[in-house]
Order: sequence, then structure tokens, then C-alpha cells
Amino acid sequence: MVSGSQTGDDGSKAPSAEQPDHPTAEPWPLWEVFVRSSRGLSHVHAGSLHAPDAEMAVRNARDLYTRRNEGVSLWVVPASAIIASDPDAKGQFFESPQGKDYRHATYYTKSEGVKHL
Amino acid sequence: MTTATDTPQDLTAEQEQFDRLIAEDSRIEPRDWMPEAYRKTLTRQISQHAHSEIIGMQPEANWITRAPSLKRKAILMAKVQDEAGHGLYLYSAAETLGTTRDSMMADLIAGKARYSSIFNYPARTWADMGAIGWLVDGAAIANQVPLCRASYGPYGRAMVRICKEESFHQRQGFEILLELSNGTPAQKQMAQDAVNRWYAPSLMMFGPPDEDSPNSQQSMAWNIKRFSNDELRSRFVGMIVEQVKTLGLTLPDDQIRYNDATGRWEHGPLDWNEFKEVLAGRGPCNAQRMERRREAHDGGAWVREAAAAYAAKQAAKRADQRDMTVKAA
Repeated sequence: MVSGSQTGDDGSKAPSAEQPDHPTAEPWPLWEVFVRSSRGLSHVHAGSLHAPDAEMAVRNARDLYTRRNEGVSLWVVPASAIIASDPDAKGQFFESPQGKDYRHATYYTKSEGVKHL
Repeated sequence: MTTATDTPQDLTAEQEQFDRLIAEDSRIEPRDWMPEAYRKTLTRQISQHAHSEIIGMQPEANWITRAPSLKRKAILMAKVQDEAGHGLYLYSAAETLGTTRDSMMADLIAGKARYSSIFNYPARTWADMGAIGWLVDGAAIANQVPLCRASYGPYGRAMVRICKEESFHQRQGFEILLELSNGTPAQKQMAQDAVNRWYAPSLMMFGPPDEDSPNSQQSMAWNIKRFSNDELRSRFVGMIVEQVKTLGLTLPDDQIRYNDATGRWEHGPLDWNEFKEVLAGRGPCNAQRMERRREAHDGGAWVREAAAAYAAKQAAKRADQRDMTVKAA
């Protein structure tokens, strides 16, 4: 596991969402933005932005990612709070689908032609 | 967890994985290994693109108060707001490559970073708002649509969002010119004058001719760029040569023709010395654009400081409340 996406969009280094000790010197933390485009759909990652706190992050997200009615709900998450799987360990981490066709409906062909199945 | 030490063997495997993804026309994502040169090229290209959007707010922002109607003011404000948004999408994408936003901003303010040469030309009349929308945003779209398929995931995703919004920009510009062209003779003349001034600079937005663009080959091999500068420029000429007829105006170039042999649109010579001068900082508005950007950055400092101070104060309050709750328990 790789914790704390910090450059946004699942990147790897940069400032954390911890509040800065010296407000003027430190860059604003990075937030990931998720938008629900309409009722009934999940929130989907739209992009990232910098903001000093959660409330400003939500307001900035509204102005940046929903200027044309793109959303009915927003989530902002400190980028440093996102835990990502390690792309280098892809082979070991994601179990191989090989030989496991039986997990898909298309594997079962004998019922071909039977209705509502 | 991956370890930070890479043996040469690992590097080869990583390079192979990268080459395979590029060959499959797949996408590279931020946590993937990538060659340093790829990272550097993208960081430069995306940050320059972001800077262009931010500087590009200026020629049009100048016209908001003088736009001829409330509707036109609202449209222009929406467009300038979009440019700011595009800059922010792109800074986010560049940041995933490991360069902080503050350092990119600092480079722009210090005059170390480049941005598109086009924004160093003045917007003299209201008709320029039309010509900028039609020609400048039109050229930008022609350039940017293929970038939606750029091999670096975050760049491509930012471009998809940008392209969706740019088409409004081009159409509103076209409408401004069309209205002027159908207006009084003086208005029509103003429209023609704006087209005359923006035509060549907008063609130069595609970058130098292929033979003088040494980095293009590598960018194309990496699937960042999909078409050469000349190819995109030729396509754009083919589009506007038709569109200008609807406007009832002309392009200031009597050498435009379709070359059957090459399948490309050709145009008259462009002044590449002027292009180089403008890029080197000696265009008509370079100093003014940079001065304005610095003023805006300095002028906004107290707002950024106040917001950060407020956030720190609220965080401290929350921490105190937590302490009290813990003690009470």
C-alpha cells in the first residue's frame, strides 16, 4: 500500500493537508474533488485543487468543477488521506483472472436458448 | 511498499513496461515509472500551457467593462473565468509529475517560464474579442483536441474538460464577428481589421515549421503529440478558409490553396523572426502582461494570507475542543 497521494490524481510527493504552522510560508494543502453528476449516480473523481481548509475547498470545487451544472453534490478529500495500491505490485496484488472464466456468466453455455436465464 | 533503490536490472524492466504501455497506446499514470526526459518534457509543456491560460485572461479581461451590452459582459466574464479554470486544471495535471504549484507560479512571476506567444499581442477593439474567440481559440482547439489522447493520463483528462468548454469560446467569437460584419460599414471594417491582425499570429500558435521543431519527433514517439505542427496548422487553415465566407470577410493571405499532391492546405509565408522575438520577450505586450500578473499576484497576497491564517485558527480551535473533550472524559 502507498499512503498519502500528495501531488493529486494519485501522484507521489507534495504538501500534506496538515494545517501549516506559518500560514504565509506554506503552500495550501491539496484536495481531491469528487462530483455526483446527478441523483442516482456515484461521486466520480473530477480533479484536484489547493485550498486552505475544507470549507474553502468545497467552495473552490464548486467554482472550478461545476460551472455548467455538472454536479448536484461534491466531496473534497485531503489528497494526503488517500491510500492507494502500489502500481509496481500490480501482478501480485490483483489476483490473476486466468483460469477463472467461471466467474463470468458467459462461461455457462449449456443454457443457451433458455428464456429469462 | 517499493524501495527507493533501483538496480540497473529494475530500471530495464521499468523501461520495458513504459515502452510497452506507449506501444499499446495505453496511458501512463502519475505513480508509474517514466523516463526523466518524459517527465521533464511533460512538466514543461503542461506548465507552459497552464501559464498561457492564466496570461490569456488579460487581453479579454480588459474588455469586460467596455463590452457593448450586459449580455456580452456576462459572456466575456464567463469566458475569462473558464480560462482561469483551464489554468487550474493544467496546474493540477503538471503537479502530479512532482513539481509544486508554487514553484511553477514562481517561475512565471520571475519571467523564467514561457507562455503562448499569442497573448503578447494587444486587443485593440471590440472586434478583437471576436477574432480572438474565432481564430485564437479556434487554433487552440485544433491543437488541443488531439491532446485529449496524450499518453499522460492527467494531461489527457484535463484536456477533455478544456476542449468541452472551448467550443463555446470559439462560437461566441464567431458571433461577435458575424454581427459586426452585418452591421455598419465601419463595424464591418473593424471586424476585417481584427481578422487581419490576428490571422498570422494565430497560425504561428501551432509552433515553428516541422523542420525547425526538433522536440516534436520525440513528443510524437511518446504519444504526447499526435500530429506535427505543420499538419495541424494546415488543417486549421482548411477550416477557417470556409468559415470566413460565412462571416463575409476575407483572410489577409492570397496564397491559401489546397495542395492535391500533399493533401494539405498551404498558406503564405509567416514571419518566424517575429515569432522568435515575441517568445524571447520582445513582443508588443510582454512587459505589460508580466507586470499585470505580478501586480495581481502581489495584490492577492493578503487574501491568501488571511485565508491561511483563518484556517490555522480554526484548526487550533478544533484541537483545543478535542483536548477538552478528552480531559472531560
